[in-house]
Amino acid sequence: MQISVTVNGVVQERDVDPRTLLVHFLREELDLTGTKIGCDTSQCGACTVHLDGKALKSCTLLAAQADGANVATIEGLAVDGEHHPMQTAFWENHGLQCGYCTPGMIMATTAFVKDNPGASEEAIRHNLEGNICRCTGYHNIVKAVKQVADAAAGGD
Amino acid sequence: MWPNKFDYQRAESVDQALELIGDEGKFLAGGHSLLPVMKLRLSAPEQLVDIGRIDSLRGISANGGLTIGATATHAEIAASGDVQSMCGALADACGGVGDQAVRNFGTIGGNIAHADPASDPPTVLVACGASINIQGADGSRSVDAEAFFVDLFETDLDDGELITSVSLPNCSDCQCAYVKFPHPASRYAIVGVAVCLKMDGGTCAQADVAVGGATVKAVKCAGAEAALAGSTLDDAALNAAAEAVKADIADWLAGDVAYPESYRQQMAGVYLKRAVKAAAG
Repeated sequence: MQISVTVNGVVQERDVDPRTLLVHFLREELDLTGTKIGCDTSQCGACTVHLDGKALKSCTLLAAQADGANVATIEGLAVDGEHHPMQTAFWENHGLQCGYCTPGMIMATTAFVKDNPGASEEAIRHNLEGNICRCTGYHNIVKAVKQVADAAAGGD
Repeated sequence: MWPNKFDYQRAESVDQALELIGDEGKFLAGGHSLLPVMKLRLSAPEQLVDIGRIDSLRGISANGGLTIGATATHAEIAASGDVQSMCGALADACGGVGDQAVRNFGTIGGNIAHADPASDPPTVLVACGASINIQGADGSRSVDAEAFFVDLFETDLDDGELITSVSLPNCSDCQCAYVKFPHPASRYAIVGVAVCLKMDGGTCAQADVAVGGATVKAVKCAGAEAALAGSTLDDAALNAAAEAVKADIADWLAGDVAYPESYRQQMAGVYLKRAVKAAAG
């Protein structure tokens, strides 16, 4: 079937098998391999992207369901070579070890902080329940998100 | 993982969805229950009819009671001021489903059609006297939540029937709560207990109780309700209700290697007490 999805601001028209998951569409049709497949069962969050501004586990949606929608992936966050503040914060706080969960972590937390500027550490930790880091580097991830949340609330 | 092959059609209206659906078809809304079981090949429908863009199935309205559209998401229900004031337990239950990304796209209609016994919303719907509104080729009907959930992953829905909305009575003069013992990894309910109390001063005039997680479906618990009704919710009443609830669910117990039936049955009593205390505040 023919679908048209705007991905990182670019309209992408493709003929896909209806059973194509959004994560397959992104990785295999569009070569946007920053979005990872981890558990493939909507638990780990490695495949998190934004669909019309909301965090979504892209292993749990058909590409057909995204027809006509706006999708943002990790590749679309930086603007003109400048990292998104969340990417910078992960860099500054060493919010990663192996890095496999990082794109999903960043997509989940950018959506969260946009809706919850000034979020508490407790709220940040609770919101990360859907993103699993098997290196267990959560402390620095939380520090990075807190830095962005504080800045979004008008802090330093 | 790829699901089996299927035909995909998108419906613009309920009437069109009912026309399109075939014998081997299923309706697709958020897909957050259906697609995982299709990926695991536990389900292999030959046709999906996408109802995710039908306006009349969306939204939450307060009209004396609550009417929640079938494609309202868990996140919308959890954040709804109307749901929080009229049935706080449902807002809490929906706020505890999966995680934020799952709640953003998973829908109440899909959740109850799937009828996972460890899911949270069905337990509250059974306790709080919800009705499930259903439309089929032959017209529409309404079923009490208690009768809607038939058995493990089994509901009263016939082939080709579509859940259009869920109705709830106005519970704002009740005190309701949903408390669960979440699985440490999945956060699904090992035991979930919903209670809805009508208080008359310090006395419990009426109690509605349902248990999920420990059971193959959300079960209404008449014995526990009788033990609570007429009491001041003192320790003696709570202990009696905790014993009674174990008998109420005895025919419906579920279990696994880590959390066997006998353990869940015992914990249902513990969590019933916690739920009553949470509701009584």
